[in-house]
Amino acid sequence: MKFPLPLLLALLFPLVATAADTPTYTLELQNHRYVPNELRIPAQTRVKLQIVNKDPTPEEFESVDFPAEKIVMPNSTISVFVGPLKPGRYGFYGEFHQPTAKGTLIVE
Amino acid sequence: MWGIALLVFREVLEAALIVTVVAAATRGVARRSVFIGGGITLGVLGALLVAAFAGAITAAVSGVGQELFNAAVLFAAVLMIGWHVIWMSTHGREMARHMKELGGAVQAGSSSLAMLLAVVALAVLREGSEVVLFLTGMLAGGATGMVPGLFLGIAAGSLVGLALYFGLLRIPVRHFFTATNWMLVLLAAGLASSAARYLVQANWLPEWGGQVWDSSWLLTNGSVPGSILHILVGYDAQPSGIQLVFYGAVVVLLVLGMKLFGGQGKRAKTGTASPSPQQATAG
Repeated sequence: MKFPLPLLLALLFPLVATAADTPTYTLELQNHRYVPNELRIPAQTRVKLQIVNKDPTPEEFESVDFPAEKIVMPNSTISVFVGPLKPGRYGFYGEFHQPTAKGTLIVE
Repeated sequence: MWGIALLVFREVLEAALIVTVVAAATRGVARRSVFIGGGITLGVLGALLVAAFAGAITAAVSGVGQELFNAAVLFAAVLMIGWHVIWMSTHGREMARHMKELGGAVQAGSSSLAMLLAVVALAVLREGSEVVLFLTGMLAGGATGMVPGLFLGIAAGSLVGLALYFGLLRIPVRHFFTATNWMLVLLAAGLASSAARYLVQANWLPEWGGQVWDSSWLLTNGSVPGSILHILVGYDAQPSGIQLVFYGAVVVLLVLGMKLFGGQGKRAKTGTASPSPQQATAG
């Protein structure tokens, strides 16, 4: 049980080191809709998605096409790390307002 | 109303399936229903508390508090289930024998009841806090049909859980705890895989290859069968490498634990001249 901790640190360090220069993209929630509702991100790149909720109600940023699930409280901002993803179209939605809060990540 | 019912149904379903599996696994244990009821009550109170502090939780640890909280809740459930699975490997056989002989409640170790209380409470807390946040949003937005939607969702989710429960009861007593123990192993492995997913989202764990496979053409994560399998056996249509590592590690650790302690239980039994029922279940 002596090597897992250094191993873990060795694995995590590159992440911490590169987190600062991860490309960041921002989505806004307005009237329970994503603005923009289509977002282009580079393929095979880990990106940071920032979601700014401008609505007075909570939302949950979620997708079944890529791993993402996070509550966004009213008038606040969250970020999730996504990818690297292969080129293609990946849907995401707001779980609390599914009829309107829908969007697509266009990975290219 | 239907939108509310559908969301509540999905959240309740996830909690109900976990409650069902641990309820089945503790079949025949005395005062079991008190602990399930207590777990649900604690879970609902916890859900209200988590929802009230959702903003603070999310902002904690430079914005990854929500992921860490979810992962911690999931790992706590994995630990409790794992403890119980290993405990059952030494006592399950006696429990099954007693249920057949006496037909009534058996004395269980404190691990069964603690596991039951904690896992039920954690499952209800996790899914319940989302329902509370969703409903407060709906309330603020002036939605109608909230109360019928809420009850319809809870009723429908619980019905699926009950159906699974009575389905599991049809397993012959002789094989019953073997079956529920394996279900617990897969449940725990799936929860660990979900926890890993949260930690990758927070950038606390590397992905080790995204989408090791893609079976969403067969069954998507978003479908009802997909989410039932997601809870029961940890199904994921597009798992990352690290999720598979966590899943596999839990299965391997629990199987090793069962072999190790289950073997000890057998040796101890052959060493006893005349095991009395009290001794056999006292642990």
